[in-house]
Amino acid sequence: MRALTWQGKHDVRVETMPDPEIVNPRDAIIKVTSTAICGSDLHLYDGVIPGVLAGDILGHEFMGEVVETGPKSTLKKGQRVVVPFTISCGKCFFCEQSLYSACDNSNPADKQDISEKLYGHAMSALFGYSHLTGGYPGGQAEYVRVPFSDVGPIVIPDGMDDDEVLFLSDILPTGWMAAENCDIKPGDTVAVWGCGPVGLFAVQSAFVMGAGKVIAIDEYPGRLALARKMGAEVIDFKQTNVLEALMEMSGGMGPDAVIDAVGMEAHGMAPDTILDNIKQTVGVGADSAHALREAIMAVRKGGRLSIPGVYGGFLDKFPLGALMEKGLQVRTGQTHVQRYTKDLLRRIGEGELDTTFMISHRLPLEEAARGYESFRFNQNEWTKVVLKPGTETI
Amino acid sequence: MYSDNDDPRFLPSPYGAPRRYDEGSYRPDRGTTAVVLGLGVLAGAAGYAWYQAATRNRVGHRPPDDAPGRTSRQSRYGNYAVTGRTVTINKPRAELYRFWRSFQNLPQFMENLHDVREVGDVTEWTIRAPLDREVTVRTRIVQDVEGEMISWRSIEGSDIDTEGKVTFRDAPADRGTEVEAIIAYVPPAGELGRWVAKAFQAEPAIQGRRELRRLKMLMETGEIATNANRKTA
Repeated sequence: MRALTWQGKHDVRVETMPDPEIVNPRDAIIKVTSTAICGSDLHLYDGVIPGVLAGDILGHEFMGEVVETGPKSTLKKGQRVVVPFTISCGKCFFCEQSLYSACDNSNPADKQDISEKLYGHAMSALFGYSHLTGGYPGGQAEYVRVPFSDVGPIVIPDGMDDDEVLFLSDILPTGWMAAENCDIKPGDTVAVWGCGPVGLFAVQSAFVMGAGKVIAIDEYPGRLALARKMGAEVIDFKQTNVLEALMEMSGGMGPDAVIDAVGMEAHGMAPDTILDNIKQTVGVGADSAHALREAIMAVRKGGRLSIPGVYGGFLDKFPLGALMEKGLQVRTGQTHVQRYTKDLLRRIGEGELDTTFMISHRLPLEEAARGYESFRFNQNEWTKVVLKPGTETI
Repeated sequence: MYSDNDDPRFLPSPYGAPRRYDEGSYRPDRGTTAVVLGLGVLAGAAGYAWYQAATRNRVGHRPPDDAPGRTSRQSRYGNYAVTGRTVTINKPRAELYRFWRSFQNLPQFMENLHDVREVGDVTEWTIRAPLDREVTVRTRIVQDVEGEMISWRSIEGSDIDTEGKVTFRDAPADRGTEVEAIIAYVPPAGELGRWVAKAFQAEPAIQGRRELRRLKMLMETGEIATNANRKTA
């Protein structure tokens, strides 16, 4: 099969790899019809996530047709399914609490050692990501082996397009959980750092949950325009002092809740960002976190901080004093995708959520490398790239 | 207006060499800076240590705490090295005990366990060791309490002097069973000792926790997770 492989920093290539087969009883094999490049794939592309090996197949947002099932799979050949990016067994303590991204049993035993050292505990496996999260071959490929196929994949009814439902795999539930973690009360003001796909879905979700005002922060006019289309007021951090603006736009109180949908590669020219980036480049201190620091400073006293943005390591100059003194509540984590798919599929079907507005480009899988490059270096126009395996032109 | 060219300190030296400290403006070289900084750090650390020593609450005698002995900061007991690990498995105690007690099941989740033979009341464990070698451990059961615990000890003729125990306890709040495995062993000496030490000094802890993770996977999900895309890697 053809698959997008990681070779090194800013070097990804579509290559011919062996087809996957059923290995464990609960496996299924999916023939991929649509797969997207995620903002968190750019962390891999930039080489800032540890434990990625040359030749790894990337991709964790994918859907397709069931072509093979193991004896314990509950799927049937021919079904169309969207596959959550978190691999979860459905049987352990954490899965039973719907904490799917904390699954004990999906990350292979020998892969758990490093994350246990780094984080104290190993998290669930993820498709197409670091070997710290299992090193499972990902979805930017023609075929994928899907473990625990009786738990993860959600069957899509006829009549719904790939484009409408593909994002159930990651970014829609991630944006939704980001807003849910804000514990939004009717009329609340919510500020969102980052108008990438997760930030945009968080904006949309916050309104569904009753937010009165959502303020979206980014530097790219193209992305800010999409946020505005979703009903947000926007701040361009290149032309505006974000902290002052947020205070003024929230009656001098600060937003009730804040969402860091940026994560470990915050950009910009703030002094802390420059220092973070230097340390990231030389390999000391993994995370760049300007957005997170700013969010903590901006949020009102007793407010809520939600962090869907991905971080991997350690951070300094962290405003712990502000966090403690202001009495903030923090909620974060990799998305418990399986917890949300059914409800969100219904909301898409009823027209409550629009998922297609952010797709800026559709490419054949063969052009995936160009997709990565453009998504990384032309963020203003490339907001979301969907790859179509098995097609020559689109 | 100020310019570097007007400042005598920035004029090129006529000799093309760096100025010495007594040639007007003194600029320490890197080595000197490092030494000064280093001394500063040392002085700071010494001061801090003195402050700690002078002010901390002293504790003369420490009574034993409630933590398992193997988590003690001391890692050896006489000749024995001890390693152990607890894992909570979302299955009833009786089921887990029964699975473990059928020793033939153990190679399913213990990767280095090649073969298990039961001859009378003696069990022979063939264990893969580094350098393509094998060790045979012969053990006899010391205690066997249905649904609660199994302990064993090596006997004459075993390649390794070892004892161990696995206990099964009900986990709190209906979370299943806490399975605790403890192994004590004497790292053997000599040529044998070198590779056994290599295999065991670092490895029993690592192997042990991986084996318990695999046991948990097998019991809870019916399979052992792998990222392999094909059966034959």
